[in-house]
Amino acid sequence: MTIVKDRLKSATAAPTRAARLNPLIVLVVGAAIIVALTYTLPPFRTYQLATVGAYLCVTAGLTVLTGLNGQLSLGHGALMATGAYTLALWQNKFNLLAVGIVVAILVTTAVGAVIGLAAARLRGPYLAGLTLAVAVVVPSITSTFDETFNSDQGLSVILNPPPESMTVEQWQAWLCWGAALITVFALTILTRGRFGRDMRAVRDDETAARLAGISVARTQVSAFVVSAACAGLAGALFAVIAQSVSPGAFPLTLSLFLLMAIVIGGLGRLTGALIGALLLVALPAIAHEIGESAGSQRLEGNLALTFFGVVLVVVMLAAPGGLASLRIPFRRFRTKKH
Amino acid sequence: MDRFLFLTFDGLSRGAVYAAFALALVLIWRAARIVNFAQGAMAVATAYVAYSVADATGSYWLGFIVALVAGLLLGAGVERVVMRFVDHSSPLNGVVVALGLVLIIQGVLGMVYGNEFRPATAPFSRDGFDVGGIALLSNYDLFVFGAVGAVVVLLTLLFTRTPTGLRMRAAAFAPDVSRLLGVPVGGMLTLGWALAAAVGSLAGMLVIPTELGLHPTAMDIVFISAFTAAVVGGLDSPIGSVLGGLIVGLLLSYISGYLGATVAPMAVLALLVVVLLGRPDGLFSRSAKARTA
Repeated sequence: MTIVKDRLKSATAAPTRAARLNPLIVLVVGAAIIVALTYTLPPFRTYQLATVGAYLCVTAGLTVLTGLNGQLSLGHGALMATGAYTLALWQNKFNLLAVGIVVAILVTTAVGAVIGLAAARLRGPYLAGLTLAVAVVVPSITSTFDETFNSDQGLSVILNPPPESMTVEQWQAWLCWGAALITVFALTILTRGRFGRDMRAVRDDETAARLAGISVARTQVSAFVVSAACAGLAGALFAVIAQSVSPGAFPLTLSLFLLMAIVIGGLGRLTGALIGALLLVALPAIAHEIGESAGSQRLEGNLALTFFGVVLVVVMLAAPGGLASLRIPFRRFRTKKH
Repeated sequence: MDRFLFLTFDGLSRGAVYAAFALALVLIWRAARIVNFAQGAMAVATAYVAYSVADATGSYWLGFIVALVAGLLLGAGVERVVMRFVDHSSPLNGVVVALGLVLIIQGVLGMVYGNEFRPATAPFSRDGFDVGGIALLSNYDLFVFGAVGAVVVLLTLLFTRTPTGLRMRAAAFAPDVSRLLGVPVGGMLTLGWALAAAVGSLAGMLVIPTELGLHPTAMDIVFISAFTAAVVGGLDSPIGSVLGGLIVGLLLSYISGYLGATVAPMAVLALLVVVLLGRPDGLFSRSAKARTA
């Protein structure tokens, strides 16, 4: 009896620990911090802040897919490109940003559903290979249909000027972080509920999940669709920030960077997605400064590339749980009493 | 008809390269159950080294040999230093580490050599012989067929006729028993990686002069084609990968010839999707066992 009681205790204790941060409070506090930052940071830093927000949308979605559901996707760069191009085409025709972002998400979701349907039947290296092919091939579509996509030059994005009371950078930061906070909020709610439990069950043991009545295929496709929607949103935001889209902005390395971001941050953790998004902006900026002080153009982009690669390999070999997992010993110590 | 013949020979020549590259992927898959996503980047790295040597010494063939030796060393190094320590509890780990290597190699190449396309010369003329009014095979095509054919024959002999080949197969299929019987399993794994990387370097040396030239990302699309070839043939089958390579080469050649070169990558993707969903074990496999590794 006492054992059952203990089990019950730990079972009820687990969710309260997981729910120690109320997502609504995070949302409000996050928004307050962002607003405060946009009024204190210089314009360039505010622009970087906006980029972090846009990256956070896609890394949060990807970490749910890869970390919680165990599906590796190297195609999220291509999905971002889908969202970005959709937004560009929409803006240049209708110039209605709010609707355009929704349309970009919907189109990317549809594309993600198609890839997700195929992905649900594939495992391990086969899935990685397929999504890698998507990441390499999709940018080349812009050359095939160059009348619509204008091949390598890409498209410029028509945007209305921001409200007069704020600068362009402030407006971009508000837009991106508004989207990012809503994304993280929605994903938190989603993954703490039944859907999240299904995903983890599928990741850990497909046969057991199936025995428990979970539809493995449906869970996997849903997870892919959700994370594709996030990627589409991020792509649209990048199109807004850059005010242009081109295939060069979505190379294979972008997909690899996203993977690096979620692996470093710790797979399946939304805090990890935030750490990853910060690194995605901070590391290239640092590499840029090093390159500039060394006076070498070659160094700039490639230093960041090499660094990302080294970090990815070292983290995978030394701490597969990522940076966010480094607190785990402490937590384990704390929960030993149960 | 002339055009069809020309495209067929062109496709077979391309296909031979994909076959060699797919063979390299299959070698590592059979030995270590890892698809080496860094294969393309590793091949590019050795090609850069080869052309540096060729430029410095003026001898293409010295560079060619250096590429193969560099491939052997790089493959062995990657296995010894990195891949050996990957936690295999999840198949994702090996893939992620290989992709990390891709970033490292591309970054280092970019820092050392720059991100421009560098011209890469072919050792033979790429103009076709005139056969009844159509330019069919070039000297270079013959060189490609000869090199790939030699590799296939040598690898077959190695694996079926030599004690080392037997040890390598044993180490791959029954590592624990092999270790009990005195086979140095770790060493065989290193040897497998080294051989595969050398074959990949050869494929890189053969394909780079026919494409845009040397570039850190030059092999990305070749890797996709070769991966498709390996999947078409079945990742476990060396013969399948050679046939798969030829099939992919022919398909790419016909599509580029009749529909335009920009459609070709999409055709590869379509083929990959169709094969993965229809026959994930490859077109030539007999067993219908699900691939979950």
